[in-house]
This record gives sequence, structure tokens and C-alpha cells, in this order.
Amino acid sequence: MAKPMEQYKWHELNVGCVIDEVGNAREYKTGDWRSQKPVWNDSKCIKCGLCWLYCPDAAIYQTEEGFYRANLEYCKGCGICSKECKPGAIKMVEDVR
Amino acid sequence: MTTKKGIEVSIAASIAAQLARVEVVAAYPITPQTHIVEHLSELVANGELEAVYINVESEHSAMSACCGASAAGARTFTSTSAQGLELMHEILFIASGMRLPIVMATVNRALSSPLSIWGDHSDIMAARDTGWIMLFCENGQEVVDSIIMAFKIAENRNVLLPVMVNLDGFSLSHVIEPIEFPSQKDVDSFLPPYKPLYSLHPDKPVTMGAYAMPELYTEAKYAQETALINSKKVIIDVMAEFGERFGRHYKPVETYNTENADFAFICLGSINENISTAIDELKSNGKEAGLIKLRLFRPFPKDELLAVLKDKKRIAIVERAMPGGAANSPLYNEIASLIYANKLHITLENYIVGLGGRDVHPEDFIDVFDMKIAAKKDNNNYNVIGVRE
Repeated sequence: MAKPMEQYKWHELNVGCVIDEVGNAREYKTGDWRSQKPVWNDSKCIKCGLCWLYCPDAAIYQTEEGFYRANLEYCKGCGICSKECKPGAIKMVEDVR
Repeated sequence: MTTKKGIEVSIAASIAAQLARVEVVAAYPITPQTHIVEHLSELVANGELEAVYINVESEHSAMSACCGASAAGARTFTSTSAQGLELMHEILFIASGMRLPIVMATVNRALSSPLSIWGDHSDIMAARDTGWIMLFCENGQEVVDSIIMAFKIAENRNVLLPVMVNLDGFSLSHVIEPIEFPSQKDVDSFLPPYKPLYSLHPDKPVTMGAYAMPELYTEAKYAQETALINSKKVIIDVMAEFGERFGRHYKPVETYNTENADFAFICLGSINENISTAIDELKSNGKEAGLIKLRLFRPFPKDELLAVLKDKKRIAIVERAMPGGAANSPLYNEIASLIYANKLHITLENYIVGLGGRDVHPEDFIDVFDMKIAAKKDNNNYNVIGVRE
């Protein structure tokens, strides 16, 4: 979107609310739904990549050192990565913003 | 050159869709709509109509397929009745919200239960606030002309809304009437091919029917409502252009003998012919009654109605649907709010007639005029004409 949605007036919307801008879902930062965030303990991490694989929002990326982190603009704090992490390297902590 | 022939109104409705060169028809047969879609499928099967006929398993799927076809840029037509319209109900809102110019012939029929295949307006009154433009027809010629006009209204860039053309089940759909069909050449010139503002195409991807957060939903619905209200101007223009080209003139609100009378009936659909007969009969006895016919029901033609209502003293609102627990029938409630908002002093009466195909006689309206029925008023705000007590 060219501007935040709360700034659109009714007559500025496309007919039928059609979205004619390709791929603009990327601009919609869904991470602010989150109440918890994953925190990695790299000393326990075996770099298996299961967290990366299981993340339903593809919000986990690999760092140059081969460890994993969540992109907090998209991570919704669902906790699937923490649940699936075999060595227990991911802890969900309250995300106070 | 035009041709006039005696033809069943349902068949005439499908020929009107053929003349409009519809490209997709998705429909499920239901009495009394059946002949319309049967004939359309024949026209497609015989190669007389270059369209895709989608056989679907329900009306819910019929309207869904119509939405998809219209979103892809096809001129789309369907038709249904009663339970079929109810099964389509949620998709009706999607068609209007997505601003898809689908045209549907709604053959008005009573809703079950008890099961009835016969005509009344309980189906359309349950779907009246779905955001569609709604036209009502009194005779077969109006059905044909309205279907052709409906596409031109719906597809106008300032409208882009679906249009329902309502015709009464059996008493209109199954009668044989003399109907004048415009030539294909004249229809083509009046109704050029549909050029969508947006369409689903891989060369230019768009998203339709997306999610709206609370921050946007109000603005989205306000934009849609404004388009519906403003469509009246286009409807009037299209009716005027149709009149110039084809010599048959329509208006959102039409009248009969209203200039001579303090009293008028207001009604939708084919019963208007019976009321006209009653008015002629009254006139021959030196009594004057008028008739206000709503050709356009949505958007509600407030200004046009006020112009004919303002000098009346007494109005009888005649409707073919039970109020369902409301104070009065739907049309009455809207006219009452219009009269109240404009501080008019008019006595309003509400009559329910013709439910589930019950015959309606001109004599009933003569009794209404003579206040023979009003005298029997009980706890209800409305009278159900002919109910056995």
C-alpha cells in the first residue's frame, strides 16, 4: 500500500477494493500480532534447521554462522519452532513492546 | 427492423440474454425459473449463443461461478427463484461487494415452508439489502427490455454493480405475451462488449475480494453504498437512451392516473396490471385512484417517489410478502420513513396480497379503495387480503 491503511479515505479505494499492486502483502508487517517471541540458545543449537522448516510463516532465517533467528516483522510468536526444537534450544519469552 | 411475436415470457427472457451476447451462464434449475435456463442451455448447445454454460450442483455454486466468470471479465448471466435465491444469499453480498456486473433474472416465488412453487415476493424481500440494483417488471416486454438495460447499467464504470431483474413466478414467467424484440444490430449498438475495469489475468495480476481490517472495512462499504446510491443517475440515463433508441420509455417510478387522484396504490411487479384494471373500473364509476409503480426498488428512488407522493392524501401499499414480525411489510416501512423524514401528512395503509400464488383480483383493490377492507383492521398494522377467518 502506498500509505498506511488507516489514512485511506473511502473515495481513494479501488473499485471493489481490488489490489492492483503485485506482491504488496510483503509490506504488511504481521509481526505485531505477537505476544511472545522465540529466543535461541546457540550453545544448545545443533543447526538442524527444523525450526526453519516448521515455521508456518517462513519468518526464520539462517545467520552467517549457521544459527537461526526469527524476522520479528513477520514472526507471530506461535511457538512451533520452540516445540519442534529437539535439543530445546528455543525458548518462548514474553515480548513486551 | 423489429419483430413482435407471441412468446412465453421465460423464453423471451433467455432471448434477451442472448441478444445481450452473454458469455457465461452458470445456473441451477428451479421452478418457476426453469424455462429461462433450459432455453439458454439449448441456445448454447445449438451454437446459437456463443457462451459457456456452466452446469453447477447448486445455486450457491451458480452464483460463485458467476462471480468467478465476471471477475475474469465475462458478461455473466444467471437466474433463480425462491430457495435458490436463499441458497445464493451469502454470495449475493460478495458479487456486490466485489463490484461484479452480473445480471440475474429473479423469478419471484414464495419461500418454503410450507412448500410452494408459486409466486410472491418473500424471496426477493429477504434479499433486498444485498447491495444489488433491483428492477421490477410488470409485463414480458419490460422483462426483455430490463435485461438488456441491466447489462448497460451494471457495466457502466461509475456503477459496476450486479443487477437483479425481478419478474413474478408463473403470473409473468409462464404467460405468453406479444413481445417486440430489438434486432441484434440495434442491441449491439446500444450495448457494446463489456470492458472490465479490473479482470483476473496472469499478464496483470490483481487480488480481488481481499481481507479488510477494521481500519478499512467502513470505508470500503461506504464506497460501495455510495456507488449504489449514485447508480440511480446512470439508471435514469440508460432508461432514457433505451427510450430514444427503441421507443419504449421507462422511469424508476412510473404512474397511472395519479394526476387525477388524492389516493394511490403503490406496488411492485405484475400485480400492477390488476390494479390498473381496478383503477379503470373505479373511473367508470366516477371514482379516481392512482397507481405508483416502482420499477426501481434498489437504490430506493426517494426523490422520484416524493415527487408523486407529496400531494396525495391516502396511500395503500400493496405487497406480496409477510412482514416476518416487522411492524409492517418492507415497502411500507421504507415509504413510511420517507414520509416521516419529509414531514408529509399522508394516511398509509398496508395490504398483504397474493401470497404463495393466491389469485389477486381487481375487485380486491376496489374494496381497498372503498375502505371495505380497512374496516376489518385488527391488532396488526396491515391487512392480509382474503385470509379466511
